[in-house]
Amino acid sequence: MNNTIKFKIDGKEIVAEMGKTIVEAAKENGVYIPTLCNFPGVPPKGGCRMCTIKINGRFMTSCTTPAAAGMEIESDTAEINDLRKSIIELLFVSGNHFCPACEKSGNCELQALAYKYQMMVPKFPYSFPLKEVDASSPKIIKDQNRCVLCQRCMKTIKTEDGERYFAFENRGDKLEVILDPELGQKMTDEIAKLAMDNCPVGSIIQKEVGFVEPIGTRKYDKEPIGTDIDV
Amino acid sequence: MPKKITIEPVTRVEGHGKVTIKIDDEGKVRESRLHIVEFRGFERFVQGRPYWEAPVLVQRLCGICPVSHHLAAAKALDVIVGAGTGDGLSAVGDKMRRLMHMGQFFQSHVLHFFHLSSPDFLFGINADPAIRNVIGVIEHHKDLAVQGVMMRKYGQEVIYHTAGKKIHGTGAIPGGINKNLSIAERDLLLNGEAPLNADQMVEWSVAALNFFKAYHKSNKTLVDTFAEFPSNHLSLVRKDGALDLYHGVLRAVDTNGKRILDDVDYQDYDKYIEEEVRNWSYMKFPYLKHLGKEKGWYRVGPLARLNVCDFIPTPLAQKEFEEFKAYTHGKPNNMSLHYHWARLIETLYAAEEIRNLLKDPDLQNEDLVVKGEKLNKGVGVIEAPRGTLFHHYEINKDDQITLANLIVSTTNNNEPMNQAVNHTAKSFMNGQKEITEGMMNAVEVAIRAYDPCLSCATHALGQMPLEMKLVDSNDNVIDTKNK
Repeated sequence: MNNTIKFKIDGKEIVAEMGKTIVEAAKENGVYIPTLCNFPGVPPKGGCRMCTIKINGRFMTSCTTPAAAGMEIESDTAEINDLRKSIIELLFVSGNHFCPACEKSGNCELQALAYKYQMMVPKFPYSFPLKEVDASSPKIIKDQNRCVLCQRCMKTIKTEDGERYFAFENRGDKLEVILDPELGQKMTDEIAKLAMDNCPVGSIIQKEVGFVEPIGTRKYDKEPIGTDIDV
Repeated sequence: MPKKITIEPVTRVEGHGKVTIKIDDEGKVRESRLHIVEFRGFERFVQGRPYWEAPVLVQRLCGICPVSHHLAAAKALDVIVGAGTGDGLSAVGDKMRRLMHMGQFFQSHVLHFFHLSSPDFLFGINADPAIRNVIGVIEHHKDLAVQGVMMRKYGQEVIYHTAGKKIHGTGAIPGGINKNLSIAERDLLLNGEAPLNADQMVEWSVAALNFFKAYHKSNKTLVDTFAEFPSNHLSLVRKDGALDLYHGVLRAVDTNGKRILDDVDYQDYDKYIEEEVRNWSYMKFPYLKHLGKEKGWYRVGPLARLNVCDFIPTPLAQKEFEEFKAYTHGKPNNMSLHYHWARLIETLYAAEEIRNLLKDPDLQNEDLVVKGEKLNKGVGVIEAPRGTLFHHYEINKDDQITLANLIVSTTNNNEPMNQAVNHTAKSFMNGQKEITEGMMNAVEVAIRAYDPCLSCATHALGQMPLEMKLVDSNDNVIDTKNK
């Protein structure tokens, strides 16, 4: 039985294994669909909505939707890109993202997406929320000003026993991702680095190594986000 | 009826400023004040941030001399990460920072002199402001303008290759630097295509000095008497008394050259320096504690540095320094427009230092960072283009900044600039019934001798949106003039 399917994204034919999500299939075929909360090895949840596409005229998240034969998908269109830009702007105004002094600048996916979608000044008013910085761990700083609640740290940073270092606290607009205080004290350098690397923004910063990576050598200094996928 | 004249805004990178000149019934200037009326708040909002962010965050105070803030903060954090008090860095760490700093000095001094101040010299203080600006310099003195632009560009290139960006880079980190200088970068800066190479910069720096000296010769009275007043002078000097803009001990001399602060360790700066708050300005007034508020204020910046140091450790600048010192018979120089002379000698020194440093193989070393036992307090002091700059940080056990105290160069020069404005107003405005644009500009020329940050954004285009108000003793506006 043939296990492959064919569908189209922006008119380009995509050939993919059955069962793949649209974002995975697109990536394998050299088509970049932006993501933020989605992360390899973690079940997709469609949280951030950055990967929004239009399937047969209907908005869907491409990280959670399995590809199906014959789909006609719109992705890189003015309408959808404007929607993505609005999502980025909303993320910027709902936190305190000051790129100029952020260690993650140049390696930050949110910043890279803002550049890609040419955000100049957000069209929404800044909310300037009062947020705390948890610096109690000897290895990392958890800066709530910059957290976008993507849960990547929650789902990927675990002890050998599978215990999560990060968890949700509170609800609604008080919702935050916090570091377990006890586990935070026992964190290794390796885990701290992994947590920083897996965070798409500058919310998790490894201590003592700030700005050791020069400007010009950082990931998105070299090429815009998605360049490695788009062909 | 007494009048109050307000020059507003005198724009300033760190904030908004204005000048008020009070005139009595006879038309005599009674008092002048330079007000800084905008609050920045960096010392407050850096609190709670991780300490290693400070050099990158606090440099945003300024777009002209961010490197100075970047390095002063990094020097303070060197102390905190246990890398010693200025002499504990690796050779490459120390020299890369010095190179960055010299690039900064070079571009900033050139900007200050060529772009902002030269129009006053080339066209005269009373000249039509439509010509008396950098565009006028380009139109009427093309060679000089090109020279200024290219010199500034070279300085910016030095910063780019050491800090990663021309403005607001990240090169200096606690305990050292994050990159060395590649051979390709060294060759580009040292022997790049003309005119952007080290030899050309030295040559042009000499030419700039000669330009000023020729102007001085034919305008001796103006240059020597404009805002001339006695003061103390303070700066860093190398331990052997040499001019050192990056690191050293604090020294101050009085108007006769007598030491009033004798090569002290700046980690204890708060033992020696106090800041006074006056209710009409957000900018504080620093003074030497042991001399008190009235007698303890001092000048900083190029003039102060050349008054304080014993010699300059590069040959061409030393020769110029000797001529400069001879002019006042070895005594401290208190002539405000001589700031420009001193500035150009320092520009030459920076060019020579850049050339020397670029030839140093230590810049290609790999041991970028040094760290030791962590401390909770550090003070970093550096000579910024406009003068001595203090950064003081304290952190908690979680690496968050709990205290930041910055005494920036402009603040150190607060009282001298007020004095200069006062002297200028008395010279140019006493007994005058009408306020001319030239008189207003004279006040700005006095400020500009010390600090272009008060006028750079506007004077450069010749359209400084000055508003001058004549106000009587009841604060009724009698007359308003705009330019």
